[in-house]
Amino acid sequence: MELLEQFRRGGLEAFETLFRQHQGEVYGWIVRMVRNPALAEDLTIETFWRIYRAHARFDPERSFGAWARRIATNVAIDHLKSARHEVELPANVRAPAQADPGVHAETQAAIALAFRSLPAKLQAAATLALVEERPQEEIGEALGISASAVKSRIFRATRLLRKKLKRMGFEP
Amino acid sequence: MNEINDDRFREMFRRAMAPMADTELKHDLWPRMLRRLDERPARVPWLDLALLALLAIWCAIFPGVIPALLYNL
Repeated sequence: MELLEQFRRGGLEAFETLFRQHQGEVYGWIVRMVRNPALAEDLTIETFWRIYRAHARFDPERSFGAWARRIATNVAIDHLKSARHEVELPANVRAPAQADPGVHAETQAAIALAFRSLPAKLQAAATLALVEERPQEEIGEALGISASAVKSRIFRATRLLRKKLKRMGFEP
Repeated sequence: MNEINDDRFREMFRRAMAPMADTELKHDLWPRMLRRLDERPARVPWLDLALLALLAIWCAIFPGVIPALLYNL
């Protein structure tokens, strides 16, 4: 509690302690969303930078970990928004390296491409729920929405993904 | 597109994307964090401020576009 209060007052030592305690957790959460370890490290730094700047707004009565995860989610979504404009053409997309060999490579590439073109908020919810299989309550807390809103986003993401794949000539 | 098809599609999607196998942080990021803290805060370019002002004026003239704008944020 005293550590959190020191952080709220802007103490660099308290921030360092919290950084060391939570960097692994924040990185793990971000890498699940952006699926790129090097990028996840950069975004972890960006997350803690935002955390440090917002120290005065932190409530020491609340969980630092949950607050950090919420900020990390926003940082990852900001990245997904910008990356969405850089989606490659179908011919250049490689299938995910660790994907199930039972799924045809062309289909995997199409799914990956269509997925990356989804709106960032839908992409984040779908990645965490459908790929990483995180509980909807946990996702809702990180996104700042209810579990039922998470369910709705997953539903919209699935429908949109199917539409996009259909337009690309795949009939899932 | 019924619910059964959605479930089947989600299963196919899960198999195609595959979860991240390794989510462990391999090294301490504190030295990089310290360098970031030492950097001077970036200044907002004047063009960004001008675009922001234009957007605010546009929203004031056409308030009907605000919901669409918020949805796309």
